Amino acid sequence: MTATLPGRAERTLMEGSEALVRASIAAGCKFFAGYPMTPFTEVLEHFARLLPEAGGTCINAESELEAVGMAWGALATGERAATGSTGQGLSLMQESFSELTLAELPMVVFNMARGQQDYFQATRGGGHGDYRHIVLAPQDVREGVELVQLAFFLADKWRNPVLVYGDYLLAHTQEALTIETLQFPELPPKSWAVDGTKSGSGLSGSVTPLGVSKHGQPSFGQEGKAQYIATKTPLMEREVRVETGFLDDAETVIVTFGSPAKFVKYAIKQLRADGHRIGYVRPITLWPFPYDTVRDAAAGARRVGSFELSAGQMVDDVRIGVSGQAPVTFIGGVSTDHSGFGMGRMLDVDVIRDRILALHTDRELPVIPGYEEFTYALAPHQQEAAR
Amino acid sequence: MSTHTPRGPVLDTTVAPAAARIVEALRPELLLTQEHHMCPGCGEPLALRGFLDTLSEMGVAQRSIAVAGIGCYTSFSGTMDVDLVQALHGRAPSVATGVKRMKPDAVVFTLQGDGDMVNEGLQEVLHTAARGEQVTCILLNNGVFGETGGHMTATSVIGQRTKNSLDGRDAEYHGYPILIGDLVSRLEGAAYVARGSVHNAGAVARTKKMFRRAFETQVERRGFSFVEVLTMCPTGWFVPTADGPGYMNDTLGEVHIMGELKVDGVVRTTDELRIENEHRQHEIEAALARGGLDT
Amino acid sequence: MTTVSIRSRGTVTIDAGHCKGCELCIPACPPGVLAMSTEVNHMGYRYPQLYAGCTGCAACLYVCPDFVFEVFRFNQPVMSDVEVAE
Ligand code: SF4
Ligand code: SF4
Ligand code: SF4
Repeated sequence: MTATLPGRAERTLMEGSEALVRASIAAGCKFFAGYPMTPFTEVLEHFARLLPEAGGTCINAESELEAVGMAWGALATGERAATGSTGQGLSLMQESFSELTLAELPMVVFNMARGQQDYFQATRGGGHGDYRHIVLAPQDVREGVELVQLAFFLADKWRNPVLVYGDYLLAHTQEALTIETLQFPELPPKSWAVDGTKSGSGLSGSVTPLGVSKHGQPSFGQEGKAQYIATKTPLMEREVRVETGFLDDAETVIVTFGSPAKFVKYAIKQLRADGHRIGYVRPITLWPFPYDTVRDAAAGARRVGSFELSAGQMVDDVRIGVSGQAPVTFIGGVSTDHSGFGMGRMLDVDVIRDRILALHTDRELPVIPGYEEFTYALAPHQQEAAR
Repeated sequence: MSTHTPRGPVLDTTVAPAAARIVEALRPELLLTQEHHMCPGCGEPLALRGFLDTLSEMGVAQRSIAVAGIGCYTSFSGTMDVDLVQALHGRAPSVATGVKRMKPDAVVFTLQGDGDMVNEGLQEVLHTAARGEQVTCILLNNGVFGETGGHMTATSVIGQRTKNSLDGRDAEYHGYPILIGDLVSRLEGAAYVARGSVHNAGAVARTKKMFRRAFETQVERRGFSFVEVLTMCPTGWFVPTADGPGYMNDTLGEVHIMGELKVDGVVRTTDELRIENEHRQHEIEAALARGGLDT
Repeated sequence: MTTVSIRSRGTVTIDAGHCKGCELCIPACPPGVLAMSTEVNHMGYRYPQLYAGCTGCAACLYVCPDFVFEVFRFNQPVMSDVEVAE
């Protein structure tokens, strides 16, 4: 899969999945466990191939439940570890995600999502209890390589899971690049980890979501642990990362994330060239969401649009950010291919530009060519209720 | 065992005697406190003593890591002087896998109940065994959800009364119990599989030997090892504490047959186990009557 | 009443304060030299008491869930004369 480009020895052509895996290894990831599922499968394949070479272990877990459990065990020994899947597979792991947060285990989770319909899952979580995961959403492979390394750092910094939200495009686009190991500030040693050497000393340790400690050591209790996590969570909100463009005089502000953001930005550049005063906000962290940036951007704007490939999920956060300063319209939509794995017809600069322009000029949103076939008839009683 | 009635005055047992040597110490070395909140007559602390003392005696305590499941025994997480990772209900074998792969020189074992291992996480233990993972899974099997107050598990035996099988487990309505030790023993990756019990002193002593062979299997990297221990749960069985061992022997013990189910990769038949059990029980009783297992 | 001489090869200490009164130790003792008290401990449980004739076999310790026993063997057996009803 890897080919070195002539004359540019330091750059190699590789698909996104491989780049993310190489970035993980550069970040010191020693363990990965996963279960194949499109479009995440190649991430697992590359870990299986590359991690052992780098002195790590990749296990082809028998299920997602077991994959997350294995990574849990590896993390508890103080090593860097990760798991991943598509949103579907991550649904199976939600119990662990909740409890990992209470156990304060720095797990990195890859979601190579089918579209962007896992925004709620990523930012609200499907699990129980009060918890948040930092969610990083790269717009392309190059940024992915950086954000993956950042993910391992932030996970350790906050002792909290960090999710990397990608998609079919991120996982499969080939790019020529160099995986550079990024430098981050030094973190304290993981004195909380267990390796067996303190057993029998009277000072053995435990890694647990339960809020209990070893006899004789201070113990939170269940409630205390939950309160402690609730105190830590607002501090993690400072990790907000965002990119903006053309906001100074923007009448229309589009909020967008991940791979589609690159298309949106390109469309806005074209519209700008035609004199339309449109700007954008691209959350790089989906949680913490850049509410302040969205609020400031909306302050001088007439309207705000949320473009995402879903039935409208991030738009909730956009509304929170805008706080009623301007009307917020959802201009994205469900868009996958027929298999449900890919990105669908809406991921097209022309389609996106038309929608942004429609919003900008207060026209109705155009129908997506070819999507008429998906107009299903409501049952009569549902039509009745909808009237 | 005993049919005698004690005679004479009560002796002073508050202080250690002079001119005597200690045979067995009060509590396992690897317990931070002797106190626990298990019910009177619970069998789980007996199994706990067995594997903790085995780790000490083998000299591997300082490189052992426990992975605990969720059940009554979870309260030992804080009192075992063993580095510990707390897993979710049913998930301990996978967590142990991750621990062991990162710390191959550690002695890694799970501590699970039948609700945890055989209900919630059955696939975990089977996959881990099939993978030949170099860990030891320990199951405390009392055929009931003790912690929730006495509900049917996948190992409850036919006829067993629980809060959700009030007239007794009925095969037609509730299905049959899973003999997990037997199931695990059929997997290629499982090198050592044993089923112990704590219903009397002899069984406790035999079970301790099983722990030893299981941990030795792991230390020698011969594959997955598994020790199931039948433990009394008088609370969940709704029987008086003193009746616990007898009830267990007559119900669970008749279905989940004690013995070494697989040694050095060779599976043994139920008949072989029954015959051996009778011999061993007689031997041990005779030794105890002579004055101790070392006699 | 007659006097009999009973030989004790061992003895135990009983941490009665930790006993939960389950009575598993009573039938476990091969020579039958344990019997439950009539008094109760601070938790309200009756606890075992030792009479002459212990062999130091440790069976009581093996079956006690609350780690109440510690077992000793005398260097020289101890003889006690006890009065018993005929
Ligand atoms: S409920 Fe059963 S298993 Fe739990 S502590 Fe009580 S006796 Fe033991
Ligand atoms: S050591 Fe043996 S003989 Fe002595 S009290 Fe205990 S069980 Fe009975
Ligand atoms: S077995 Fe232990 S807890 Fe039970 S009655 Fe005897 S001394 Fe007390």
